Amino acid sequence: MKTALIAAQGLTVDRPGSREAALTNVDFAIAPGEIVTVVGPNGSGKSTLIRALLGNLAPREGKVTRRPGLRIGYVPQRVQIEQSIPMTVRRFLSLPRRIGNDEAAAALTRAGVGDLSDRSIGALSGGQFQRVLLARALLGDPQILVLDEPTQGLDQPGIVAFYQLIEQVRAETGAAILMVSHDLLVVMRASDRVICLNGHVCCEGTPQSVGSAPEYLALFGGRGEGTLALYQHQHNHDHDHLHDHPSQVHRHVQHSPDGCNHNAG
Amino acid sequence: MSSTAPTGATTMLDDFMVRAVLAGLGVALAAGPLGCFVVWRRMAYFGDATAHAAILGVAASFAFGVSLYLGTLAVAAGMALLVARLTALGHAMDTALGVLAHSALALGLVAASFVPDLRVDLSSFLFGDILAVGRTDLLWIWGGALAILSFLIWRWQSLVSTTVNEELAMAAGIDPRVERLVLSLALALVVAVAIRIVGALLISAMLIVPAAAARGFSRTPEAMAILASVIAGVSVMAGLWGSLWFDTPAGPSIIAAAATVFAVSTLLRRP
Repeated sequence: MKTALIAAQGLTVDRPGSREAALTNVDFAIAPGEIVTVVGPNGSGKSTLIRALLGNLAPREGKVTRRPGLRIGYVPQRVQIEQSIPMTVRRFLSLPRRIGNDEAAAALTRAGVGDLSDRSIGALSGGQFQRVLLARALLGDPQILVLDEPTQGLDQPGIVAFYQLIEQVRAETGAAILMVSHDLLVVMRASDRVICLNGHVCCEGTPQSVGSAPEYLALFGGRGEGTLALYQHQHNHDHDHLHDHPSQVHRHVQHSPDGCNHNAG
Repeated sequence: MSSTAPTGATTMLDDFMVRAVLAGLGVALAAGPLGCFVVWRRMAYFGDATAHAAILGVAASFAFGVSLYLGTLAVAAGMALLVARLTALGHAMDTALGVLAHSALALGLVAASFVPDLRVDLSSFLFGDILAVGRTDLLWIWGGALAILSFLIWRWQSLVSTTVNEELAMAAGIDPRVERLVLSLALALVVAVAIRIVGALLISAMLIVPAAAARGFSRTPEAMAILASVIAGVSVMAGLWGSLWFDTPAGPSIIAAAATVFAVSTLLRRP
């Protein structure tokens, strides 16, 4: 993909402080304006992928190409703000770069929390805080937003509202969005493309095709039921049976009888 | 302290009480903002270890005849860097920090007992001797305090960012190790500056108590830093006044005053 904002080829990345590979031979690309979601079980290397793509982790093999001068807005996983330091939302937005009041107000409004400027960070609900983090990531007019599990700790209505907001932000700003998520059902509906990860790319494609891929089902058999209901196709799902898909929209990266367990065997 | 041509300023500085007030305010100026970082980053043990190591520095200065400030600064900086290194290893360093903090003090006291001149004077380094501050001390104290202050102002945005959340700061290109180093050195400097004022045992208190008292009344980090300095300054004045009036030791009186402000502020904040 020559127009990609961020691309990676043959990425192998070790877990920080060890020689054990968290990711093996991963190819990745995200185009301008695209919403891509990375799903996968705990420890499948989702955050490692994000950090390698951002350049925070050096890969053992392969390379990451970012468009020169790419403006990135980043929300890391499980951001915890030190509570002993007094901090208003407005002051928080001016870290580490001081910004003007207009810029702060615009970002907060876009994230749907325009009225929280003077509130104390510690007094925000989980959903409000995630939106403030989103507002902070929107400062500096990013070409791509990178959100690592942005809805962790939110309830179901909060999650749905957050993803609606994400789609709206994309529509308004044209920014590409790369997300890591556990919220399969909602996330997949909001995505253009889903990448199912488990140490390597198991499968990727449209939400519908990934939702019915055997690799995906083997990983998320139980928890993906909601997704299944949404994207139910005509064929019967059988975890142990490698069947042909009528429309091969998604790309199977690896086939194995037990789905996509990289520890198997 | 004889001055040959007394002008207004020199006459004023000839008064030990004026010198004491100026010295105390210098320390308060630096201790406010730096103390906030000690509170925010939970560096209380860190402060203790660094301050206690200063006694070792005092003993070394006496033994080798180097400047008291340089000796204290060097040993405190060494301890601060060692502790920073340990802290970076993880949160489970509580015990190791405790061991370091107290053995530094014990070693310092043992070392001090080998230096006859110091044996007489030891308590003035443990609890401070602000009323004995001379003009050279004032130069050191204000030089050091202003250095700490400019250091902190220079790094302020990065320091606060790292303190609020390391990962967000790193994503913005800030290296938390640099900020830890800045704070370690500032802490060593404040120990050297404050040891004559409140003494090695109470330096941590001078950092933590005013900052803790300021916390409940502040909505931003900047407000808390300024308020902490103001509270420290008020405590210095009140402590010195109390020390004169009731004939109590000055260093502990200053901390007692700060503790009173803290207690009152806590009561005021209670609904």
